Amino acid sequence: MAAAKTRSSSFSGNLSSAASSLGPGLKCGPNGTVLLSSGIPDLDKILGGGFPLGSLVMVMEDAEAPHHMLLLRNFMSQGLVHSQPLLYASPARDPRGFLGTLPSPAASKDDKSRGPEPDQEKGLRIAWQYKKYFGENQLNFDGQRDGKHKYSNEFNLRNPLERHFINGQRVDCFSIQDSPDLSILQDRCTTFLSQLPRNDGSISCAGRIAIQSFCAPQCVYSNMEWEMLSFIRSLKNMVQSSNSVAIITFPPSLLSPSFCKRWQHMADTLLSVKAIQDDDKELAQLLTGYQDMIGFLNVHKVARINTQVPVILEATTFSIKLQKRRYLILECLNQAPVDGSSGTSYGTSGSCSSSSKTGNLDF
Amino acid sequence: MNQRSSNLLDEALGLDQASEPWPLKGRVVAIEDRVETSGSFILHHLLKRSLSRNSSNVSIFIAFAQPFSHYDRVLRKQILGWNLVSQRDNGRFFFFDMLKLQCPVGDEGITPGGGLIALYGKIHKTISALPEISQKNVSIIIDDLSLMEVAANGSSDHVLDFLHYCRTLTSEFDCSLITLNHEDIYSTEDGSTFLLQMAYLADILIKVEPLATGLAADVHGQLTVSNKGRNKASNFHFKVKENMVECFYPGRSRD
Repeated sequence: MAAAKTRSSSFSGNLSSAASSLGPGLKCGPNGTVLLSSGIPDLDKILGGGFPLGSLVMVMEDAEAPHHMLLLRNFMSQGLVHSQPLLYASPARDPRGFLGTLPSPAASKDDKSRGPEPDQEKGLRIAWQYKKYFGENQLNFDGQRDGKHKYSNEFNLRNPLERHFINGQRVDCFSIQDSPDLSILQDRCTTFLSQLPRNDGSISCAGRIAIQSFCAPQCVYSNMEWEMLSFIRSLKNMVQSSNSVAIITFPPSLLSPSFCKRWQHMADTLLSVKAIQDDDKELAQLLTGYQDMIGFLNVHKVARINTQVPVILEATTFSIKLQKRRYLILECLNQAPVDGSSGTSYGTSGSCSSSSKTGNLDF
Repeated sequence: MNQRSSNLLDEALGLDQASEPWPLKGRVVAIEDRVETSGSFILHHLLKRSLSRNSSNVSIFIAFAQPFSHYDRVLRKQILGWNLVSQRDNGRFFFFDMLKLQCPVGDEGITPGGGLIALYGKIHKTISALPEISQKNVSIIIDDLSLMEVAANGSSDHVLDFLHYCRTLTSEFDCSLITLNHEDIYSTEDGSTFLLQMAYLADILIKVEPLATGLAADVHGQLTVSNKGRNKASNFHFKVKENMVECFYPGRSRD
């Protein structure tokens, strides 16, 4: 903070010192933050651009489906594509093997269509719940500038990431299954983050930490509740003062309710994934496009760094779909048209953030 | 500087009158929030009121949650022309960065060398070193208590002891103690003791909760202020903005 003494004015506005030069895969965010991409363009848009550097992202898993792995894969691939150092810890015996399942970026001349251009809507106003039937169902956003390093890539889950992205990179994999306590993981994180200190000025490189299924029962330390919480707290502190983003996924059902809430409070950005039952007739009637959905993503909290204003999203529940079975997309939920003959109307719209009566879509 | 609009929150706390002495002097204020609605904006608001009130007010900020830069940026937007760096340099704002405090396992804050006892000693020493006039106008702000528990390896007893010690400061020096904690962590039956103890200790209890109908862009939540000293309870809605918090009764958009 030595530089702060020379600043006498409080009109900070856009502190341009942080924007001097940013490495690949980074862009400026609000309130002087720097963002990096989650690897899922739709999620970036929902969160206001991406994950801010210095923030801790936590994902609550659903034991019935491995959707959190999709989030992790895209997150890690995005980092490797941008040559960002990566630290990956998981309860598996051989975490390095997971790197083989990372997706590769989609070809730039991609064959997927995102729907007709928005200006086609000009002459035609369509009630929102029927938009689905006209194909304008994607979250359209400005195309990224084409260039060698796009901020955020679409990832093709069918194609594995080319080896050259993984080899010769600072990729550190670590198995947390046999650690008697968390000191080793803590040391690895400390060493990793010491390469990415934050100082005023340009940021050439940002790092990513991905910890999967942190309180998984096969880990020896998994019943040491306070130690795990201390670890998360110290990781959060280290990440806050470095140029990195850490993502931790965990199964909330394996924690006591009180600790689960403590972990949720620790997160800057809090997400949860939920499985969809196959052949849920009620949901099929309630939502359009139900057959294509593989799960739900819920955004509980969005990081607010350097500001006290909370981020209130228009919708907090999104459906996870695989477009053409290879691209991960997130969509707002669209309510199916009400069938007049049935006599009842589904008063609770799927895209409201919450409702007072419980229903299928309340998490 | 004296012309600032007070709002329902200030009224509920007794801060709307610009009279001496500082209405929170010698009082304990406990703020309880939830994951959906963070209560840190109340800390910022009280810090702003304390710093802009008169030149002898001093604030001691014990931070477990965020680094100095975060609070600096937030407060810059609240008080035009002021910033925490200059307040710190003028000896009106003391920032105790506790982000890295972690009592070693087994220690739990008992040994004088480290931990919560040392923190209390530091606070006491800081207040004693202040000029006489400022000693009577100190606010101690803690953000937040649940992280203090983590730093103390889960021994909420030691955290409560620490708070009791801080409470003695409110009688010895007439300081005000303002704490933030998370209500939803303690809502299980056996976990609620800590929260109840804090509620008992507090003269003013502020609960920050979402609306029963969920989150909305225009109303971020509701505040319930129970002021034991004035025997008064109030409930109203709020919306947090960059430089202030708007408070209004349900159904209205402004005060």
